[in-house]
Amino acid sequence: MRVIDLPVSLDFQTLDALFAEVVEARGEKILFDGRHLRWVGPNGMAGLLAAGTVGRDKSGEAPILELGAAGDVKSYLGRMGFFQAAQGIFAAGTPFPRCSPGESDVLLEITSITTNSDIHDVVERVQKRAGAILSNTLGYLQTSVVQFSVILSEVCQNILEHAEAPGWVAAQSYNWSKRLGRHVVIISVVDIGRGFRGSLSDEHSARFADRWGDVTALEAAFIHGLTRFPDSGRGQGIQQIRKQVRRWGGLISIRSGTARIADVPEWFDAPPLEEGLSDFPGAQINIVLPERLDDED
Amino acid sequence: MKTELGVEPISIDVGRVLRSSVESVYSHLVTRPTGRAVRLAIEEEVTGTSSTALSLIDLSDVTVMDFSCADEIVAKLLMRFLEEDRPVDALFVFRGVCQSLYEPIQTVLERQELLAVTQGSDGCCELMGRPTEEEEYVWTVLEGRGRIVAEEVSEVFPGSLQREALEELVLRRVAFVPTGDRIYYSLSNLVGGTP
Repeated sequence: MRVIDLPVSLDFQTLDALFAEVVEARGEKILFDGRHLRWVGPNGMAGLLAAGTVGRDKSGEAPILELGAAGDVKSYLGRMGFFQAAQGIFAAGTPFPRCSPGESDVLLEITSITTNSDIHDVVERVQKRAGAILSNTLGYLQTSVVQFSVILSEVCQNILEHAEAPGWVAAQSYNWSKRLGRHVVIISVVDIGRGFRGSLSDEHSARFADRWGDVTALEAAFIHGLTRFPDSGRGQGIQQIRKQVRRWGGLISIRSGTARIADVPEWFDAPPLEEGLSDFPGAQINIVLPERLDDED
Repeated sequence: MKTELGVEPISIDVGRVLRSSVESVYSHLVTRPTGRAVRLAIEEEVTGTSSTALSLIDLSDVTVMDFSCADEIVAKLLMRFLEEDRPVDALFVFRGVCQSLYEPIQTVLERQELLAVTQGSDGCCELMGRPTEEEEYVWTVLEGRGRIVAEEVSEVFPGSLQREALEELVLRRVAFVPTGDRIYYSLSNLVGGTP
């Protein structure tokens, strides 16, 4: 059995190391040792579900997830609906706590996206809950909840239309007082489908010849709005999400295959393009929306 | 009710269409399949008219419309009735386009190089999309006058580019010339007192 230690903090960047280890496991049964885990965000949760699913599918056995005795992380995972989503993916090392998700402070619990109805449900929930967080906590306009819902709808459709495999979405607000001195809302969408390169290969790989790969596929979709559909109305979802995230001064990154591409705001330190990462089957979209400062327009 | 210009006004409440054409009780226009279902239902209503349909598409009950739905319900709907083999002649005026719907609609119109007329609650109409300078000028003049008879065209639009733009607006279905007539109508004039 391969033991993979989960880091103290599991977010969209520390997930890279986790996935590298899942790939290295090469079909061995996995034990995810989360006893040192102290913080996990939406990307961490969705990524952990993806890692568990990949581990399960490669080994044919549900990987074990062992969480520490500390109550905070377990309690939070419970409120975010993680344990419900984990059913059928992980076997619990020590039994998962019985928690009911949907507590008042949760913006959007981990939600499995497999049909269009799931996206409608996500938008319904967010329309009810997000208004106060976006206007009171982030200082956005009252009407921003609509743009926020549109972003969620478009990123979730990316799962259904391109991944053709299971995916999850989650969102939550955090006080990044030490890291940024501001509150943020984090949206995570993760799927374990065929990734951007897989989705675009049939239509677009020929024109890129031997340059075709994860980086060019991400650039094609992220920068140029290419899609596998010949319909000229397609491919605008990511472009419009980028536009709105830029308006709010946010970060958006997409990780797929061995690469990550991002629109990086000045408050975050990361390269706009990374390659040579461990192979991530599918796609991980990370959006961080920061609180508006008083001197911003 | 057909008017003397051979135009039949038809009001379509998109909120109602959404509730009746999609299996569940969705209240938002999100996802492409939902948009497609709503568009097909609208097309069916428009196609049921016996003459040129003046379709008043009411979006007042819509709070959220994503870009996929805007592409289906606005862009593809317009494109369907611009095609040579369109089922009937139809003109479209979009009502209830609130601020949150404006951007998705404008985006898809620009992307598909379409023009559309919207009417606000005050009755004023606006041309959306990305018209040329001449098209915008000519549309605004026509909108202000309501109608221009053929004999006036050279006087109102002395430049050939403007006259070409007028014809282009008719082809793009944001201005109307009845069959056998040479009077140019703004869509707001046709809408008139239609509730």
